Amino acid sequence: MSDLKFTKDHEWVRIEGDTATFGITVYAQEQLGDVVFVELPGVGAELSQGDDAAVVESVKAASEVYAPLSGEVVAVNDALEDAPATVNEDAMGDGWFAKLKFSDSGELEEMMDEAAYTKFIAELD
Amino acid sequence: MGTASTHDTELLVTPLHALHVELGAKMVPFAGYDMPVQYPLGVMGEHNHTREKAGLFDVSHMGQALLVGPDHETTAAALEALTPGDFKSLAPGEIRYTVLLNEEGGILDDLMVTRHWAEEGTLFLVVNAACKTQDFAHISANLPDGIQLQPITDRALIALQGPEAGAIFEKFAPASAQLIFMQAAALSVEGSTCFVSRSGYTGEDGFEISVPAADAEKISRALLQVDGVEAIGLGARDSLRLEAGLCLYGHDIDTTTTPAEGALLWAVPKRRRAEANFPGAKIILDQIASGAPRKRVGILPEGKAPAREGTEIQSSDGKTIGKVTSGGFGPSFGGPIAMGYVESAHAKIGTDIVLIVRGKARPAQVVKMPFVPQRYHRGL
Repeated sequence: MSDLKFTKDHEWVRIEGDTATFGITVYAQEQLGDVVFVELPGVGAELSQGDDAAVVESVKAASEVYAPLSGEVVAVNDALEDAPATVNEDAMGDGWFAKLKFSDSGELEEMMDEAAYTKFIAELD
Repeated sequence: MGTASTHDTELLVTPLHALHVELGAKMVPFAGYDMPVQYPLGVMGEHNHTREKAGLFDVSHMGQALLVGPDHETTAAALEALTPGDFKSLAPGEIRYTVLLNEEGGILDDLMVTRHWAEEGTLFLVVNAACKTQDFAHISANLPDGIQLQPITDRALIALQGPEAGAIFEKFAPASAQLIFMQAAALSVEGSTCFVSRSGYTGEDGFEISVPAADAEKISRALLQVDGVEAIGLGARDSLRLEAGLCLYGHDIDTTTTPAEGALLWAVPKRRRAEANFPGAKIILDQIASGAPRKRVGILPEGKAPAREGTEIQSSDGKTIGKVTSGGFGPSFGGPIAMGYVESAHAKIGTDIVLIVRGKARPAQVVKMPFVPQRYHRGL
């Protein structure tokens, strides 16, 4: 069973057991434009919620991606190195950034579900 | 020009503001103006479109002015006193790139100077938006009697750039076909008199067209109607000029950089070096003779990580030798590109350097610019 959550920083998190896969949302990739480079965290890195976890770069700017949850990085999406545009093409699927083994499920409480996130971005425009 | 009230601080708008909004542009503050950074096509799409077909840019935020004196020799001499350029040798309708210098040889702005195609004793100047107020004040304050700077406030400035620009614009102004790179003329476009310069800042063939403000929207719409023309924002303008190796004032050159450091000595011709009578001449000529302490160079990062403005540059043995002043991804080049200043000992083409990107040392090399071949129309 998986569960999808969203942060105010436009990241999505898919929970499966104690593993959280995360990436940036469709809305975020639209705002960034064509992604030309993604810098991913190292496998084994220990991140706290809100830490700089990755960097996503468009033609004109670099943007930080924050760790949505505290935990250890257990996998990263190396395919983005050669195909950064996957983030634009399939932000919520093949464009995932990394997987975390998360340590504090309480952190999930503050996140939005899909309906709440949809409402959140509608209010931004 | 009017103002936009959509931001906290009041921004100026160009005569094409409503058109940008209608076209779905993302508007951002730039040099005090509310300007389109990109349209729905996106920075990458707009960049590629300009290299493949033709792009239309609104550059009305830039400063336009006439420098008016009794005869060409006198007016040219007045501007030569403030720059290292040679304007006396300009033929009517000829354009030259130059820089305004301070007494230390630092660059106050870079600008285009055209000897008026018809009016004797008149030069047409186009300066950067962010500098125009200071530039005009500086020039006016340093003119001899009998010469006047007249800012042009009733004209917009648009640029049509790309390999198809020549063929497209010829349909609007047949005589534009006679112009070669760095030549200008007054031509009728859609019934209004425009100052048409075969120049631009993308590395492509094309035109910069000074149009009466009241006709700017009509002319822009007519150009955008043409198959092959797309509106292009400031985002792609920046990646296009970086690939072309061209300086962005306030980033790649400023009051702390001289033309020798900025690799702009081609804009300091022999006669002016011999006369040695421009601001900062002693400093600049010393740098020409015995070498400038640092130099602007092209930088090719290895791998795919862009190195942005401000990135520290180190020598291969780990010593800090400079920093990146413009950097990003070159869509036509197909990878990250940058320019920046390094100590002259490391400025030779082919020198291995190191870029510190977010704390990580990444190898790079000093390379020749431009990153993509310039395709100006220089005639047959």
